Amino acid sequence: MSTASAPLLSVERLTMRFGGLLAIDDMSLDVAARQITGVIGPNGAGKTTFFNCLTGFYKPTEGSVRLNHPQRGLMRLETLPSHEVAHKAQVVRTFQNIRLFPKMTVLENLMVAQHNALQHASRFSLAGLFGLASYRRAEKKAIAKAIGWLKRLELIDKANTAAGDLPYGMQRRIEIARALCVDPLLLCLDEPAAGLNPRESAELNDLLKHLARDEGIAILLIEHDMSVVMNVSDHICVLNYGRKIAEGTPTHIQQDANVIKAYLGEDDADEELHAEAKP
Amino acid sequence: MATLVLATHTISPAARFKDAVAVAFIALLLGIPMIGLTTVDQGGTLRVATRWPTLFAFVAVAFAGRLILRFAIDQFKAHQLTRERAVDVTTVASASGRAASPLLTWVGWAALGVALTLPIFFSDNRYVVDTATTVLIYVMLGWGLNVVVGLAGLLDLGYVAFYAVGAYTYGILATQFGWSFWEALPVAGAMAATFGVILGWPTLRLRGDYLAIVTLGFGEIVRVILVNWTELSGGPNGIASIPRPTFFGLELKPPGDDPTFASFFGLEYSPSHRIIFLYYLILALALITNVFVSRMRKLPIGRAWEAMREDEIACKAMGINARNVKLSAFAIGAMLGGFAGVFFAARMGFISPESFTFSESAIILAIVVLGGMGSQLGVVLAALVLVLLPELGRDFAEYRMLLFGAAMVMIMVWKPGGILAHREPTMRYVAEGDSR
Amino acid sequence: MALALQQLINGLTLGAVYGLIAIGYTMVYGIIGMINFAHGDIYMVSAFIAVTVFTILATFGVSSVPLALLLVLIVAVLFTSVYGWAVERIAYRPLRGATRLAPLISAIGMSIFLQNMVQLTQGARVKPIPPVLVGGIDLLTVDGFTVRLAYTQILIVLVTVALMSGFTYLITKTSFGRQQRSCEQDRTMTALLGINVDRTISLTFMLGAALAAVAGVMVTVYYGVVDFYIGFVAGIKAFTAAVLGGIGSLPGAMLGGLLIGLIEAFWAAYLSAEYKDVATFSILILVLMFRPSGLLGRPEVEKV
Repeated sequence: MSTASAPLLSVERLTMRFGGLLAIDDMSLDVAARQITGVIGPNGAGKTTFFNCLTGFYKPTEGSVRLNHPQRGLMRLETLPSHEVAHKAQVVRTFQNIRLFPKMTVLENLMVAQHNALQHASRFSLAGLFGLASYRRAEKKAIAKAIGWLKRLELIDKANTAAGDLPYGMQRRIEIARALCVDPLLLCLDEPAAGLNPRESAELNDLLKHLARDEGIAILLIEHDMSVVMNVSDHICVLNYGRKIAEGTPTHIQQDANVIKAYLGEDDADEELHAEAKP
Repeated sequence: MATLVLATHTISPAARFKDAVAVAFIALLLGIPMIGLTTVDQGGTLRVATRWPTLFAFVAVAFAGRLILRFAIDQFKAHQLTRERAVDVTTVASASGRAASPLLTWVGWAALGVALTLPIFFSDNRYVVDTATTVLIYVMLGWGLNVVVGLAGLLDLGYVAFYAVGAYTYGILATQFGWSFWEALPVAGAMAATFGVILGWPTLRLRGDYLAIVTLGFGEIVRVILVNWTELSGGPNGIASIPRPTFFGLELKPPGDDPTFASFFGLEYSPSHRIIFLYYLILALALITNVFVSRMRKLPIGRAWEAMREDEIACKAMGINARNVKLSAFAIGAMLGGFAGVFFAARMGFISPESFTFSESAIILAIVVLGGMGSQLGVVLAALVLVLLPELGRDFAEYRMLLFGAAMVMIMVWKPGGILAHREPTMRYVAEGDSR
Repeated sequence: MALALQQLINGLTLGAVYGLIAIGYTMVYGIIGMINFAHGDIYMVSAFIAVTVFTILATFGVSSVPLALLLVLIVAVLFTSVYGWAVERIAYRPLRGATRLAPLISAIGMSIFLQNMVQLTQGARVKPIPPVLVGGIDLLTVDGFTVRLAYTQILIVLVTVALMSGFTYLITKTSFGRQQRSCEQDRTMTALLGINVDRTISLTFMLGAALAAVAGVMVTVYYGVVDFYIGFVAGIKAFTAAVLGGIGSLPGAMLGGLLIGLIEAFWAAYLSAEYKDVATFSILILVLMFRPSGLLGRPEVEKV
């Protein structure tokens, strides 16, 4: 790792077993603040399982996930339920198969993401029921934040449309906008470019870079689209059969023999192919 | 796409006929053991009785009904296809964001107007006011259950248990400890909410259909306890002589030693005073419920309820404590059911476990489902239909539950969101320059 | 001791009936992932068909008990299967792929419909039939209490064992069983392999209904009375049995049925007959809280 300070997130010896299946095998990884870390690997390599372990949806069989929270200090994510990972640790994720609130409008989707702050301001709904000024101020602030992100992601025209009625590419962006409304320290994106056209993909690249550099949000990115991963990642980790097989900068990864073998397949990749693949 | 259209249009009359014959045959098979044959008790032993004409009428209706239905569906589909082609897809997509139909808003206000003035026009018609009171009880129960089923998407099949808890809490507090209606109302609501939390705490993390059957079981447990715990509930005999609510301490009864409502206002005593008072009382309770639920829906908690219905996992990923959100919906729904129960006990003056059976839960659920889950106005319309239908005649009363069941199936198949399934957004973005 | 033995016999008999109904829940749950709320009412319909057929046979003077039983079983199973088929076709198939709430509600609607249909067409009053199979074997007498194994009880247990063996063979060894199991695991893939998924699901409902039909006939023979409300309570108990055994597991359903039957028999004998239904519901809630996968079921991993 080139970063001088302690990493934002450090995963140590993470193992996830489902019965006899070893989905993640003794994996360790550091994620630096304000950087984009790519996680790649063939289908079934355990990438999404890794996210699920990180964000409290699965309890890992072994290992630890430590987060260096600037305000709250050291947090052990593997001990927290999923909603506390998002709310307290501010580690927020999106889903491979988009999970919006389809009948609610785009704006409402983004308001739901700010539930905890608003619920606190509404004093368990009492201040809200009586329409107290303190609650109305908080609501205004939340709407402003949601609208800010909608404008930034060019979704403002669709603010009043039910999220489920919008095209796929837009739904992907809404999911990111919604996650941003939770104020993430670390944003975990599960294949955000899947199903996007080349233009949308390029816009996604710009957005991710902007979020990391200018907003200071660390990003963990699962992606199959190499034009996205190689372009935006500061650091890449490669998984295969639940094991980390390589880690390093994009250029380093592109030349790694293990990675090439994993992607081309062990049996086909005989000596000749190896020689060809290595520049 | 083109082949599909062709396919729907090329169904030949012969094919339609064959399809209807098949349906008629199934109807015959289903009908033989239930309609065609029955057993009647003759002096202690059973004899078989036949109703072949009825069976053949049933089969004929099934045949004709299928023919007509099939034809109508095909016509409708063809019509829809041509319309979909004509309309640009993007306009369809943005249509869901439009404001509520002004007609519905108008209907809502008109219904309120009718409700407020009804006893004035029918002040000497006890039957009308009484029936309207019953409708309003179901409206209130429907609005309460709507929080749980319509907004939070939790299927509660034991809602009547909370209604019972409210009714019995008032019944016991009033007859054993001399509490008044107004003193008992908040306590009974809190009691029902507590029961909601006790049931919800362990079960709300279950899948939807498990929750449904657990609530069903819970409703039965409460009923069995009410029947058997005689010291507390009076057993099957129930609790009688429950005091009626007072008008700010003034009783609505014939003149006596204490000042009564009639003597205080210098009116001539009339038994219809109490009927009308009860009507306005439940109207007020129902309206408060309506305002309360509408406001809650626009608060963070209400949006979280709906988000939970849409996607629980996404809620968790947004940092929402799913259990607390569901529990709050459950508790608030239970509390509203408890309030309605208190009113029921006070109105009837007598309660027994017979009023709190599963079929009562089923009626309330049917009101919510048929009216449109999440729709306040839909609940009113459904409650009107479901309460008034059996009043039309004895036949309707007999067939009421049968029709409810059939309607629940048909509405789900035809319009899974309910008849008034339109969802009004809780907030709306208005671009700068426009006034909010 | 003698009382305990008697309750063991009664409990096992009752449990066998619950087990037969529970299999229907478990199979339907396995294949479409949903509780068939109308299943208890299917069982009730079968009991009424049994009453009618027994009465007809009595009118025609059929006096041979085995012949009468066989005829009633065949007729009840045939007609009840049609009911099972119709429930799936009307309340479930159109809603495949709808929101998860919709099929639940339509199934509850179906249950309410069936209950009231029977009440209207067959009458609301309890239907008693003359005893079909009388007598039994007195096992032992202790302090004046005779433990009795009734012939009906032997019949119920034998029929259940026979059905279970045949059924296990059907599911594990036949082509239909393979289709059924593959539909459970992946419906899309099964369809891609050219298997008619709709037909398989329909058959599953019919099989479940057939087993419930046998249970309905057995209960009619055992108790001699039937009313339109029996499906509701028996349905919940059989469902509890399916959950206790592990929903989706066939041996689990049978095991769960036996356990529920035993618990109910012993609870009623030693603790309180009034609260025996409360006992079952409490077990349901406890199992769902502490071991939602049941005794023999596999734990479900939440798909994210």
